[in-house]
Amino acid sequence: MNYFELFGLKPDYTVDLASVSKTYRELQMQFHPDKFATASQSDKLAAMQKASQINDAFQTLKSPLRRAEYLLSLAGVDLQHEQQTLRDPAFLMQQMEWREQLEEIAQSRDPDSEISAFAKQLACHQDTLQQQLVTTLAAQSYQDAALLVRKLKFMFKLQQELELLEESLLE
Amino acid sequence: MAYSDKVIDHYENPRNVGSFEKNDPQVATGLVGAPACGDVMKLQLKISDDGIIEDAKFKTYGCGSAIASSSLVTEWVKGKSLEEAAAIKNTDISAELALPPVKIHCSILAEDAIKAAIDDYKSKKA
Repeated sequence: MNYFELFGLKPDYTVDLASVSKTYRELQMQFHPDKFATASQSDKLAAMQKASQINDAFQTLKSPLRRAEYLLSLAGVDLQHEQQTLRDPAFLMQQMEWREQLEEIAQSRDPDSEISAFAKQLACHQDTLQQQLVTTLAAQSYQDAALLVRKLKFMFKLQQELELLEESLLE
Repeated sequence: MAYSDKVIDHYENPRNVGSFEKNDPQVATGLVGAPACGDVMKLQLKISDDGIIEDAKFKTYGCGSAIASSSLVTEWVKGKSLEEAAAIKNTDISAELALPPVKIHCSILAEDAIKAAIDDYKSKKA
């Protein structure tokens, strides 16, 4: 049973997060160790494994990136263990420039307003990539979708760096 | 995870950080990225008319191993012909820096950066 099936869903990139959270709580209760306190050792073990699978499924389904990677893995495209390099000069040049910009923001006099402008710019690009991802996955163009997921990974990394910078400025 | 002394040395004292003018006909630029970790690496080679790499610079946004791999590569390629530089393997880099298995992709990134730079040079010359 794959993670989507476990949550009573069809494999699809677009998910209703509220209903996923609700299903998660229901499943968690159903397989809670307390309910198996008097069960046999093998039933206890099975429930524990199920609970851990439910947990993994929830972590995967609620994250856009992990959900996309998982969908691709169901389609036979393994991104999680790939060590392939991306060679898209225009995209990477933009990534370089953004990372340079991030360094400049750290040195600037008014980082707060620059951070929010930068965050908006990143969010806009992420949205575009995510919309393209929805379209390509719906069209089952898995190689195109994989390329978009790779790009999104760079975007999320940038976002992480931005959040780290914000935190460091608060200190 | 512990970094090797060589990684720490390159990370703390990176060699040849910086940029050349990318429109200079003698300059080859290789831009590569590792989706697994979001690292981005730029390697630039200054190549003489007889095809010898006279100088190299890099700029890498990434972990210590990615920075060390690119720093090491700038040292290694200097004085080499394009063919010799193209023969540098990621396994040479990871062995020299004693990279752990989870960081092998950093050395792959550095190898691919050399190849991307050489491709850029060939397309410039074509």
